[in-house]
Amino acid sequence: MKLLGRLGWDALPLDQPIPMIASATVAAAILAVLAWVVIRGRFPYLWREWLTSVDHKRIGVMYTLLAMVMLLRGFSDALMMRSQQAIALHSQGYMPPEHYDQVFSAHGTIMIFFVAMPFLIGLMNFVLPLQLGVRDVAFPTLNSVSFWLTATGALLVNLSLGIGEFARTGWLPYPPLSELKYSPGVGVDYYLWSLQISGIGTLLTGINFTTTILKLRAPGMTYLRMPMFCWTSLASSLLIIAAFPILTATLAMLILDRYLGFHFFTNEAGGNVMMFVNLIWAWGHPEVYILILPAFGIFSEVVSTFSGKPLFGYRSMVIATMAICVLSFMVWLHHFFTMGAGADVNAVFGVMSMIIAVPTGVKVFNWLFTMYGGRIRFETPILWAIGFMVTFVIGGMTGVLLAAPPADFVLHNSLFLVAHFHNVIIGGVLFGAFAGYEYWFPKAFGFRLHRGLGKAAFWCWFVGFYLAFTPLYVLGLEGMTRRMQHYDVPAWRPWLLVAAVGAAVILAGIVCQIAELAVSIARRETLRDVTGDPWDGRTLEWSTASPPPAFNFAILPKVRGRDAYWAAKHGAQEQQAPSSEPAYEALETPRNSATGFVCAFFATLMGFALIWHIWWLALAGLAGAWATFVVFAWRDRVENLISAADVATIDRENRRARLEPLAARTS
Amino acid sequence: MTTLNPERARPAESNGGSAGGSRRYVALLAVATRAAACPLALLGGCRGVLDPQGPVGAGEKLILLDAVAIMLVIVVPVIVATLAFAWWFRASNARARYLPDWSFSGRIELIIWSIPALVIMFLGGLAWVSSHDLDPAKPLPAGAARPLQVEVVSLDWKWLFIYPDLGIASVNQLVVPAGAPLHLRLTSGSVMTAFFVPQLGSMIYTMNGMVTQLNLQADHPGSYPGLASQFSGDGFAGMHFETRAVAPAAFAAWAADAKSSGPVLDASAYVALSRQSQDVAPFTYRAAPQGLFEQIAMRELPPGPGPLGGGSSPKSEKAP
Repeated sequence: MKLLGRLGWDALPLDQPIPMIASATVAAAILAVLAWVVIRGRFPYLWREWLTSVDHKRIGVMYTLLAMVMLLRGFSDALMMRSQQAIALHSQGYMPPEHYDQVFSAHGTIMIFFVAMPFLIGLMNFVLPLQLGVRDVAFPTLNSVSFWLTATGALLVNLSLGIGEFARTGWLPYPPLSELKYSPGVGVDYYLWSLQISGIGTLLTGINFTTTILKLRAPGMTYLRMPMFCWTSLASSLLIIAAFPILTATLAMLILDRYLGFHFFTNEAGGNVMMFVNLIWAWGHPEVYILILPAFGIFSEVVSTFSGKPLFGYRSMVIATMAICVLSFMVWLHHFFTMGAGADVNAVFGVMSMIIAVPTGVKVFNWLFTMYGGRIRFETPILWAIGFMVTFVIGGMTGVLLAAPPADFVLHNSLFLVAHFHNVIIGGVLFGAFAGYEYWFPKAFGFRLHRGLGKAAFWCWFVGFYLAFTPLYVLGLEGMTRRMQHYDVPAWRPWLLVAAVGAAVILAGIVCQIAELAVSIARRETLRDVTGDPWDGRTLEWSTASPPPAFNFAILPKVRGRDAYWAAKHGAQEQQAPSSEPAYEALETPRNSATGFVCAFFATLMGFALIWHIWWLALAGLAGAWATFVVFAWRDRVENLISAADVATIDRENRRARLEPLAARTS
Repeated sequence: MTTLNPERARPAESNGGSAGGSRRYVALLAVATRAAACPLALLGGCRGVLDPQGPVGAGEKLILLDAVAIMLVIVVPVIVATLAFAWWFRASNARARYLPDWSFSGRIELIIWSIPALVIMFLGGLAWVSSHDLDPAKPLPAGAARPLQVEVVSLDWKWLFIYPDLGIASVNQLVVPAGAPLHLRLTSGSVMTAFFVPQLGSMIYTMNGMVTQLNLQADHPGSYPGLASQFSGDGFAGMHFETRAVAPAAFAAWAADAKSSGPVLDASAYVALSRQSQDVAPFTYRAAPQGLFEQIAMRELPPGPGPLGGGSSPKSEKAP
């Protein structure tokens, strides 16, 4: 037995310049950052304040940062696909199939699992406890473990760029193509282990958030007083708990097929591919709503705040959210109407899929009527929200169209389908994530983002989206299927060129976003927000300082209605007197823990070893991860104590910032 | 392979060497006429699903356009209202009424639940009825002509078409009589993929160990591109075929011609064919034994061996 399993020098793509240069550049960048951190002596700070932090706000920021870095990777793949298809008429373009196939597989995998998911989970992490008026999530250390396991998955996917290869099977590895016989390389194994490891993290997050929302809320925060974002996060977390085990089980069966010669999904010995397709979509369709529901929540907060009005039809919104949550488990078959299941089955699932459009449509109308009678301030977040409303109804329309089985028979797997799900995922999920990023950034860091560059980024994304994906709708109608490395229909070419231009415009948007962040950090003193409430917010996160102290709230807020902070602000104005200073008490905050980081380190070793069949290392990694938990379980000190005097010092500053504008108004 | 192909001429395919000037002109004219006849010519380019050439595709196009039209009735007003509300209720507009506490209206709630519900009831009915009408397994009204039976096997990375009643087979070309219904039975000799001729309608998956069914018809003679529409590996992009619908007499001539030349598709020839190969040029088998399709579908003949099975190098596949 070889000590390093399948791993050898031939794993390096020395004969392929693109992945070689790309991975060398990324490795150099990572080394440069590490060197800078070490030379400037920032490593202790980084370790103490971030890597081992169990503060939900820090973890949320790290999740979001991970998502944005992965967005760059996923978008590079998108640029490569668009340029390849722009070139590859009657030719092989610049990427051979074995490379192109990895690019679209990596693009889908990264964008869903390591951009959309961590972006929204990051925002939920940051916002949920603040909106609920509590000091942290239910299980802070578990939260850190979740994040680091997600980071492990992302790391493994990106290792495949330079060591070995990634899956060549699409973002959902349909067998038998993904079985050992047809995909003997390490690509599918990279896919399987990175998703298994990060999937555990996601499941733990779902449990954590559900517990937080159900069990930890500020006094008086009844279910029907929770902000809409908390409701949609609850729905999304419930879906994670119900759906992610299906993914884990399905991938585990494929792993058993590939590693131990089982026959769940093989051609031979009674395996059945239809089982995989059903199971993967039994997870995959709820996954769509795991992503879009928190985005709906963000839009609800943003539209309401910037219209200066409460959310219209709050109870309708709650009912619609929970209806979507339940219905999302009843429509999975619409992903494969073309399997030939028969008219009755197709018709039932077609109608069920259309029914989801009803609560979704209600939501759109409710946002519309939230704007009605408002006083709308066109800050960057609401631009994303309005762009979403316009774009999403088009995506919803093409979705309902694809839910009609006869239309799906000619549009399935075509670029029309690709255009549809980008329409809802970019126009819905990503626009929502960007709206949330713009909206809560001042809360997280105490200064706003640069307004002009933010708006420029929005317009580039908005225009770029339509330029990039409207042609794909047309191409789908022209019969172009997805995932083509080359083609020989000249009529497709012009549309693919337009789509490539669209991708370039989106690139401009991303450049604007990077510039926005850089410029905002450089000018943070001029963009500083000392009030803690830069948008005239309505919910509790705006009642604490920006950035919030480690304990979030010195005194847990007492909630008497919806839009609790808005009510408190206006109550204080009417009485023309702020409440007197509360009696501060000492607080306990959870102690930092390296458990998550160390556990993920061992999980990375284990995953990498399993991919390359290095069995001793896999066992060592597993033992290390287990030992980490044992050590954590035997810890003596759980919490840090913050003295009442310290709490008072920190909170007085926040109160002063809030009383000044009130005093100015009442005098 | 000497049969006439009446509509073969397409500007994209006529390369200057062989095609004379007048022929090219005629071809261009034919394309122009067809483009003008197609309502969405500028958008659709007219080789796709908006240019159906048979009853199945036409039915599906109708559903597609009907559903879009119905939905646009709500979608367009919603987009207009979004932009209008956002503009009118801008903070700087002093004429707009500010309703800072308005957040509920039972009447509006009733309406905004009803509108999508009614539309979806209507569309759901449409989906229900059309799913049954256009079920791929449902036989087409035969009329005088008996449906032509074709057995389709997807391989890495080419299509095998077996004509059980004629005892012949072809690779990467599907020749059918125009105006007669087709009954296709499909399976896969390796991984899962999908059979799709956009202008005839209804794609369907092909899966090893399973047989799917599809009924199609080409109304007029013509050449309609077909492709694999479910990713199936490295040779996927080149896995397309030509569907040639010809007049019944021409079809008989083609079948007779195919019967008189080409290799025999026996079990060993099938195993050789099932090895991986890309961009395979079309050819025919003069004989294909009865029951071969069942043997493939029932896995009595082994599924394709995959990349380690000693496939021939790309682009070198010839008739064995």
